Amino acid sequence: MQLIFERSVQGRRGFRFGDSDVPTKAQVPLKYARQEDAPLPEVSELDAVRHYTHLSQLNFSIDTHFYPLGSCTMKYNPKFTESIARLAGFADLHPLLPQLAGGEKLTQGALEVLYELEQWMCEMTGFKAFTLQPLAGAHGELTGLMLMAAYHKTKGNTKKRYVIIPDSAHGTNPASAAIAGYQTVAIPSNKNGGMDLEALKAAVNDEVAGLMMTIPSTYGVFESNIEEIARLIHSVDGIMYYDGANLNAMLGRCRPGDLGFDVMHINTHKTFTTPHGGGGPGAGPVGVNAKLEKFLPISRVIKRSGGTFTLNYDYPDSIGYVASFYGNFALLVRAYAYMLMLGQEGLIETSHHAVLNANYLMTKLKKHYKLCFDRLCMHESVFSASRQAARGVHAIDIAKFLIDQQIHPPTVYFPISVSEAMMIEPTETESKQTMDHFVEKMIEADELSKTNPSIFKEFPKTMPISRPDEVKAARDVKISYFLPDAD
Amino acid sequence: MNPYITNTEFEVQQMLDTIGVKSIDELFADIKPQHHPRSFNLPLGMSEYEVLRRLTGLSLRNNVYLTPFIGGGYYDHYVPSAVGMLIGRGEFYTAYTPYQPECAQGTLQALFEFQSHMCALTGMEVSNASLYDGGTALYEAMMMAIRITGKDKIVMDGGVSPIYRKIIKTYTHHLHYQFEEIPVVHGQSSRPEVNKHLDKNTAAVILQNPNFFGAMDDFTDIIEKAHAVGALAIVSVYPISLGVLKTPADMGADIVTGEGQSLGLPLNFGGPYLGFMCAKKQYVRKMPGRIVGQTKDAQGRRCFVNTLQAREQHIRREKATSNICTNVSLCALQATIFLSLIGKGGLKEMAQLNLDKAEYAKQCLAKVKGVEVKRSSPTFNEFTLHLPKDASEVVERMIEKGFAAGFPLGRYYKGMEKYLLVAVTEKRTKEEIDRYVGALQEVLA
Repeated sequence: MQLIFERSVQGRRGFRFGDSDVPTKAQVPLKYARQEDAPLPEVSELDAVRHYTHLSQLNFSIDTHFYPLGSCTMKYNPKFTESIARLAGFADLHPLLPQLAGGEKLTQGALEVLYELEQWMCEMTGFKAFTLQPLAGAHGELTGLMLMAAYHKTKGNTKKRYVIIPDSAHGTNPASAAIAGYQTVAIPSNKNGGMDLEALKAAVNDEVAGLMMTIPSTYGVFESNIEEIARLIHSVDGIMYYDGANLNAMLGRCRPGDLGFDVMHINTHKTFTTPHGGGGPGAGPVGVNAKLEKFLPISRVIKRSGGTFTLNYDYPDSIGYVASFYGNFALLVRAYAYMLMLGQEGLIETSHHAVLNANYLMTKLKKHYKLCFDRLCMHESVFSASRQAARGVHAIDIAKFLIDQQIHPPTVYFPISVSEAMMIEPTETESKQTMDHFVEKMIEADELSKTNPSIFKEFPKTMPISRPDEVKAARDVKISYFLPDAD
Repeated sequence: MNPYITNTEFEVQQMLDTIGVKSIDELFADIKPQHHPRSFNLPLGMSEYEVLRRLTGLSLRNNVYLTPFIGGGYYDHYVPSAVGMLIGRGEFYTAYTPYQPECAQGTLQALFEFQSHMCALTGMEVSNASLYDGGTALYEAMMMAIRITGKDKIVMDGGVSPIYRKIIKTYTHHLHYQFEEIPVVHGQSSRPEVNKHLDKNTAAVILQNPNFFGAMDDFTDIIEKAHAVGALAIVSVYPISLGVLKTPADMGADIVTGEGQSLGLPLNFGGPYLGFMCAKKQYVRKMPGRIVGQTKDAQGRRCFVNTLQAREQHIRREKATSNICTNVSLCALQATIFLSLIGKGGLKEMAQLNLDKAEYAKQCLAKVKGVEVKRSSPTFNEFTLHLPKDASEVVERMIEKGFAAGFPLGRYYKGMEKYLLVAVTEKRTKEEIDRYVGALQEVLA
């Protein structure tokens, strides 16, 4: 397809500003002035609308396709939350208003949303306080680790250097730990998909600042030794960090705050179904227990005895600002709307049905693909395409076969500790029929891997493009229209 | 039952039978009674209509009807309707990060176009596919400069947004970097002071154009000095101003970041916004965040993929250039559509309208008794007033008159309690500006 720049016709306009109604005509002094106009495209509104509508049609999305991308929790995004986020009273609100003298009375509705959302999150997770500032899950991780660092600094724990992370963790965990100034220690998993306790015991010493854990793990397994793990980490005054990536399996079944964790983040797009937007924006609220509360970022939303809301910046031990304002408000209000609608029962049902669907899919597939941990799973399960790989058909080939069947592939090659991994998460919003269809196609892929393995290299065949040359992309670095083509 | 669960009771039973368990409870057998929640006391659910009514009610308790003259880096610009309609397409906003390029060319091409737009705006050679917001983007740029130079001293101009500076302080206070903050003089970068602090240990000088006080600058001289000592120059920019202002590329900047809210994003009470980062091509492998690259498929057709992923956390884990994963793709798409619609001529026209209206407001305000317009250098669409009394009191009185009159600088700068930062965008009419001037006159009388 053409680029928008290639549709450009000199002099064409897609939007007209009105004429200036002020008598002043200002001139930028030459020394400060732009020399040449920015080479933006010149298209009509219709040109742009067709262009971007056509582009959208090149995507798979939840609205159009089954999207069982493991660990990413691609559940249906209710439409009414879109309407709510676009209400003028939220969308047009300037973030500096509540910081003006007398300004907080202009934003009582927004502050109430934030306050109430924090209360819901505290009750759901068993934590004492939340900050809504972090702008995505990984940003939440970094915030949590900075709280950990502040705790150790205040306690005079000068030796703390390591953060322990299981080998099944998302890549963001070690990356966030490194940015927060820690070295990481990876702990392998045992044969049941849990943490290897002996390896953990060997790693725990007084240089350990804390441990980051995802429960259920990315293997879809609940960590049954959690009390022992928490005891070990706390015995050296370490901090227990709960990565909330898979909280969607746990609502009403257990709360991280009750399991011995000190701090956690939530990915709102996973558990509370804020749309992922093709790669964000997200939101990564962080919850803490009493031990870490005083270090939370500022500002914090406070409810006064009279029932009004205000922002408080007066926390001398706070780590400071982690974002410019109060978080990704338009995402947070969607999450709040979703919670209000579902309520206690509805939220518990999301986890029940997420786990039911995952087990159903796993049970039907395990006759045809190697299941990593043959036991009941939580919200997702991890298979290996090792049998198919022995025939020359790899996880990526099966993924491309599925694309031709109009199904978004599962997550492949993650967790990295499993070879030929295929991580499948159907979510609670999908129907039995959709899952049955997916299983049929997966069986078809398995059969085809026996009869005609070489054909897989041609997949996908029905899309506007076949497999891209990724090596060329990394070698040529053509990442802007204005850079020269390599050939 | 929760309205977004599709399966019926009958189907649920069929599924349980297939799995070989009697109830959903059995699926949770690994979670022992001692793990059960000590409390899960939440309200009952509501209907869609009830939630809409409740949240519409809360939205009405926010005042968005004041005439805004407030900016501070976040501006009331017009967003053409087509922008909102197009990003509302489910194929865009209900997709995930484009891990499978064959079924995500829409998102990938849009991000390639975004990168190209940002290069067009800033004049830089390369761009990434977005970061969270302007503040975190500046932090990422600083870390990138430290990685590139292997040095640990940062010279930060006082004209950089105090909000951004606070964020950077939070992220680095536990790390061992040396910071030199150089206060502005008459609202502008102090050349002698900045230059004095540039030395062989400096990783980067961080500048902003226009600066927080609204003043435009040409940093070519500072950047030359920085380069002479082996430091990089990072410039944070306001994208709309680049319709008329000298590009950071023309000043010699190495890394350019900014807040893209002005490019078609609503104010949203603080987010989501759009962080962007551009750089010289030689530094592309040190950049944080996702980058989309052009390539070909097996049939030689042009296509787009996430590229240079060896920098990223999902490959490199603790050795990654950043921990960022989810960024703000949909906001980048918003900016892409916005820039495509207004186009080459529109950007210049929009910037000129901002400039003209702000200049008009300045001229009128200069005539108000007791008001002094700080005029140390030309400004773009925001400028600083010195008032005869506390600016936050004045703002409070102006709220009663229907105006968000500006941002009192005393909030972030000690000793500047009488200074007010006023923004005038293309949306303000002459009539609104005249009424604002009249209201201020009354308040100060």
